Amino acid sequence: MYTQAMDNAPKEERKAMRSVEEVELERRFDTKIDAGDFIEAKDWMPDHYRKTLLRQISQHAHSEIVGMLPEGNWITRAPTLKRKAILLAKVQDEGGHGLYLYAAAETLGTSRDQMIDALHSGKAKYSSIFNYPTLTWADIGTIGWLVDGAAIMNQVPICRCSYAPYARAMIRICREESFHQRQGFDALLTMMHKGTPEQKAMVQDAVNRWWWPSIMMFGPPDDQSPNSAQGMRWGIKRVSNDTLRQRFIDASVDQARILGVTLPDPDLKWNAERECHDFGTIDWDEFKRVIAGFGPCNRERLAQRQKAWGDGAWVREAALAYARKQATKEQAA
Amino acid sequence: MSEIKTNPMKGQSGAASDASNEWPLWEVFVRSKSGLDHKHCGSLHAADAPMAIQLARDVYTRRQEGSSVWVVRSDQIVASDPADKDMYFDPMEDKVYRHPTFYKLPSEVDHM
Repeated sequence: MYTQAMDNAPKEERKAMRSVEEVELERRFDTKIDAGDFIEAKDWMPDHYRKTLLRQISQHAHSEIVGMLPEGNWITRAPTLKRKAILLAKVQDEGGHGLYLYAAAETLGTSRDQMIDALHSGKAKYSSIFNYPTLTWADIGTIGWLVDGAAIMNQVPICRCSYAPYARAMIRICREESFHQRQGFDALLTMMHKGTPEQKAMVQDAVNRWWWPSIMMFGPPDDQSPNSAQGMRWGIKRVSNDTLRQRFIDASVDQARILGVTLPDPDLKWNAERECHDFGTIDWDEFKRVIAGFGPCNRERLAQRQKAWGDGAWVREAALAYARKQATKEQAA
Repeated sequence: MSEIKTNPMKGQSGAASDASNEWPLWEVFVRSKSGLDHKHCGSLHAADAPMAIQLARDVYTRRQEGSSVWVVRSDQIVASDPADKDMYFDPMEDKVYRHPTFYKLPSEVDHM
């Protein structure tokens, strides 16, 4: 699902001293990027490019995995067997997306265990959106519609990322993602068209709670996004945070109308001159709080991941011990 | 999604060779339907071959993308060195006579 422009890390200083050879390698690398060529795992790349990608791809992978938790919360309580099967398939997809992305990040020279350690120790970040609770069934539909919708808007440009293993993972993910958004909208539409007044109110309540966090998913405004320029230069980032956010808001307004819900922003209105919607002020303090670990569910999410990892340790060890034993037997025979 | 690994943390010997006891990495190839070739589609960690095949099915063919799966240990793949790319592949650049379009034939027989 869910990448988030979390390029709110402090601007990184690049080392000043570089060897002649390094300068030449970097010149060739830049030429390749300028020509629109892809960088493959074994190609030479500047350290800073590797670090930036590793941070972004692993954050993205962590987001997929943590993103399974708020939805998994509703698998046993889905209102019908059909919705349960759909939700199971969706959550399984998120697990798969996490694996594609971890594999892409591993090509940069960091092991899976190191990345998982970074997540569990709180060193690595994941998308702020998953630190909000899923209180009702309408939250599940709203996550599909808005959160997956925002994720798709964010992710489509990454299919053209200069780092080929990441771009290939993103192509696969985007192909699978569209079902996620559509099933969410479909679930909400069913409630709005066939539901009781209470169920309709439930949808509106979910939209009220998820709207602002969803538009925060595009990350800080362009003028407060310290690493954006370098990301653009290297073809890691293709479209700016604010441009993507505007596109998402414009698309959502029509969808909300068809659904019959209002978006909780009194300042949201069409601007004929700009040919897009104006919108209210985003609470970036809330965003920073949630990223820093103080959202409604940060502790719960991390604790759940740590527990799952710890509980699974004996299975991982047993499978490995079994494989080794079989390999030894084969060798002896 | 991984390329063939040159990860210095991975050794050559048997299952999980690094200190953290990670399951080894496998590359996955899927034949999308009979008659086509297997195509590399990504990688995964698994303790042994049967588990790698099982996980490949779960991870890479959730929407009937395949009718056959191959898995191979990543550390068993030998790859050309990207640094040698020019030396390896450029000599073919001036051998245009290997392509049928190099030969201009009379229009009566041009579709042979």
